[in-house]
Amino acid sequence: MLNMTALALAKAIRAKKLSVTEAVAEYIKQIEQTNPHLNTFLTVSKDTALARAQTIQAQIAAGEITSPLAGVPIALKDNISTLGIRTTCAAKMLENYVPVYNATVVDRLEQAGMIVIGKLNMDEFAMGGSSETGAYGTVRNPWDTERVAGGSSGGSAAAVAAGEVPLALGSDTGGSIRQPCAFCGVTGIKPTYGAVSRYGLVAYASSLDQVGSIGRTIDDCAAVLSLIAGPDDNDSTCVISKTFTFDTPLLERLAGFRIGLPRNYFAGGINADVAQAVLAAAKELAAAGAQVEEFDMPLMDYMVPAYYIIACAEASSNLSRYDGLKYGYRSPAAETLAEVYRLSRSEGFGLEVKRRIMLGSFVLSSGYYDAYYKKALQTRTLIKQAYDRLFERFDMILSPVAPTTAYKLGENVDDPLKMYMGDIYTVSVNLAGLPAVALPCGFDRQNLPIGFQLIGAAFSESKLVSAARTYQHRTSFHLQQPGGAWV
Amino acid sequence: MNWESVIGLEVHAELATQSKIFCGCSTAFGQEPNTQVCPVCAGMPGVLPRLNRTAVEYAVRVGLALNCTITRYSKFDRKNYFYPDLPKAYQVSQLYAPICRDGHLAVEVDGTTKIIGIREIHMEEDAGKLIHDAVSDNTLMDFSRCGVPLIEIVTQPDFHSAAEVRTFLMQLREILLYLGVCDCKMQEGSLRADINISVRPEGGELGVRTEMKNLNSFKAIGRAIEYETRRQIQLLESGKQVVQETRRWDDDAGVSYGMRSKESAPEYRYFPEPDLLPIYIDDQWLQSIVENLPEMAEAKRARYMRCWGISALEAATLTSHVYVAQLFEEVAALSRNPMEAAHLVAGEIMRLMNQTDTLPEDLAVDAKKLATLITLVSSAKINRNAYKEAVEAVFIDGVDPEEYIAQRGLRMVSDADAIAEAVAAVITEQRQAVADYRAGQHKALGFLIGQAMRKLQGKGNPALVRKAMLEALE
Repeated sequence: MLNMTALALAKAIRAKKLSVTEAVAEYIKQIEQTNPHLNTFLTVSKDTALARAQTIQAQIAAGEITSPLAGVPIALKDNISTLGIRTTCAAKMLENYVPVYNATVVDRLEQAGMIVIGKLNMDEFAMGGSSETGAYGTVRNPWDTERVAGGSSGGSAAAVAAGEVPLALGSDTGGSIRQPCAFCGVTGIKPTYGAVSRYGLVAYASSLDQVGSIGRTIDDCAAVLSLIAGPDDNDSTCVISKTFTFDTPLLERLAGFRIGLPRNYFAGGINADVAQAVLAAAKELAAAGAQVEEFDMPLMDYMVPAYYIIACAEASSNLSRYDGLKYGYRSPAAETLAEVYRLSRSEGFGLEVKRRIMLGSFVLSSGYYDAYYKKALQTRTLIKQAYDRLFERFDMILSPVAPTTAYKLGENVDDPLKMYMGDIYTVSVNLAGLPAVALPCGFDRQNLPIGFQLIGAAFSESKLVSAARTYQHRTSFHLQQPGGAWV
Repeated sequence: MNWESVIGLEVHAELATQSKIFCGCSTAFGQEPNTQVCPVCAGMPGVLPRLNRTAVEYAVRVGLALNCTITRYSKFDRKNYFYPDLPKAYQVSQLYAPICRDGHLAVEVDGTTKIIGIREIHMEEDAGKLIHDAVSDNTLMDFSRCGVPLIEIVTQPDFHSAAEVRTFLMQLREILLYLGVCDCKMQEGSLRADINISVRPEGGELGVRTEMKNLNSFKAIGRAIEYETRRQIQLLESGKQVVQETRRWDDDAGVSYGMRSKESAPEYRYFPEPDLLPIYIDDQWLQSIVENLPEMAEAKRARYMRCWGISALEAATLTSHVYVAQLFEEVAALSRNPMEAAHLVAGEIMRLMNQTDTLPEDLAVDAKKLATLITLVSSAKINRNAYKEAVEAVFIDGVDPEEYIAQRGLRMVSDADAIAEAVAAVITEQRQAVADYRAGQHKALGFLIGQAMRKLQGKGNPALVRKAMLEALE
């Protein structure tokens, strides 16, 4: 059962070959076995999930829920607010924080009969690319537990890869869905900014954050996206009435698909195995009938700096509410108000989070705003305009997700610049608010997964999913599963 | 040397919307602490703001009334600072593109008209309240006020005296009240003003300014301006410098003291609020706001005179305060006698307000009761004396007019026999006056009628008494 796709599992449930309770119990059993090795889950909501399984089973039997994923378990990155279930953002600051409300995406999943079985580990407040910065330990890569799972949605990608859950939600601010998917050999969608409500997603960088899905196949991910996407009164940036249905039939041929390949992404710092596998993916799509054409991606040197300035600026403001007063960690040593602020935040936040808060505070300070923040906003506009022009020529852009495969635990964590450069291929997508899908496309010589991404114009998810579906129909990288001592 | 003070104002007005600016919580004042709070206004992790359109419309109303340019593409920014009454540790405000700009208001001071420039009006959210609990020696947080919509009206430094500031504020207050956008209760904090003040040799270069906070009444504002002007002049005359700083006014002590200097001014790290889209006010929306503007004092005066023939003097009195105008309009509608209602409110009610020191905003008299009395007097059920007495009883004690008249026996006597009896008695008793009248001294008639009314305890129907007297004298 753990090898089934989510859609197949839902079908089996509808066909009464399997009960919802059996499915939930089976996955929880797997989590209990493997989580001690992988550290993917921060909270397993076993009792509520099992109780809900019975309710959902009854509703499916009564024909009250007909969604294509009814009865399927799902786990959520721990920065998605769940009513009554601890939501820590992998932060000491929110160690005992239990939300009083559900994120919009959680309500929508539950209305569709999906069952939340737990909350997934991540980088602290989604800041990081290796899921090593959290306060509750490092997520380990199921393909090699001495290596990172990627981040910040490392728990989400690793849990899916390890068969602990058929589907997960992650969030992507600068690559946080796509990069762990690439590192763990699973599939993910980072939707267009504004396609999915952010209400209840604990903010890292508001103008960049977006919730998306992670699964074994593009069809599973698309099925979740069609449930969670659509306008929400509670999110002013999610107002365009676009809902997605991905029910177009499989395209045998990608006739008329124009795919751009950024030549300069394959020079310089990229690992040779990664470059080769990604170029092979381009060839595969060309073989399927797509027209692949090389081009030079402009502004490449400005993407990472612009991203870190904007993301850190917003983060410095978004994380100010963790002040030790209303909820979360308060330093026991604090006596005055100033000490409550200073000590609680100094002791409560991890190193990477503090680094970004300081960076963000600095670039917003008077005298520096124009030199940094304003310049970064201008750069962002240029990047958007560059993409606009590219999408006049291409339907989508094919690119690596990360310059390397999963690296060793601790290898980069003390070298922030090196870590930040790992985001080179992903951050511009967020700066421009575009959708992208990340798909497995091979393995390096150490048998570590490699991923590539397809980036489209705003709200072109259907086209991206079509191309991805054709690719997965022609390849089997996404069906490979890790093995190891933890299994 | 002749010194001149240069003063600018920052007026904060809480908008009287039903719900808060970014969530659906109620804005009602004076409820139990933390009862009007939701995850959004409490700043829980993951929440997002949702803009209240009515708040935008109210802000635009003020902009229109103050002759501002309405910003068609306006934006919100975050003002970041740590304080326990601010749960997100940032206030959503407007720095770069405020909703209204470049307006003015003409005020009349000592017979001359002065134009006060309005630099901008921006929208923002109010913060919560801190309450110090003396029993436990703890500071408690009440988040109910968090997210109540505010506008900040920033004037140009166009004032030179406390009198000008006071006149401007009183006029602004009336405008806000007429617009229906703010209840302007300074003691509840729904209208607050900060004052920027500097002094200079008359006509000279601008001096260093200080900002004064915590001004909770018009009186305090006047006192604070006078105090600060004196303080700055004294500093300069003794060869010292004015320090740019924020000062807090202590109205009980009648002094201000420094809170923080420019150097220690907080670094607000303003940046555009990414969680809200820009507000776009298109022609259609603006047009609908213009069309729905409430009737202002001037228009009310014209209408009262045109439609109801009310005198210019009475119309001016009736519109001097919006609450007086409201009372008048209610009484006029209920009694269906606008002219009588105008006489009553502009006359007797204003007199009673003065006599009892009742402020317009505290007017609590029941319009329905006043309308009843107007109906009674104009249908000759009571006479003018009884009317006046009953109005006072309604105003002061809130009595029921019908009951009061019945208990006091104020109903007018129109009974022909009773009147005839009184008239006959007067003619018998007042021989001299009767003789005078018959000898052609017609002013004796008034005396005789007065005597008859006295016998009727003042309740006689004046027309009937007069008629009966004339008949008896013929």
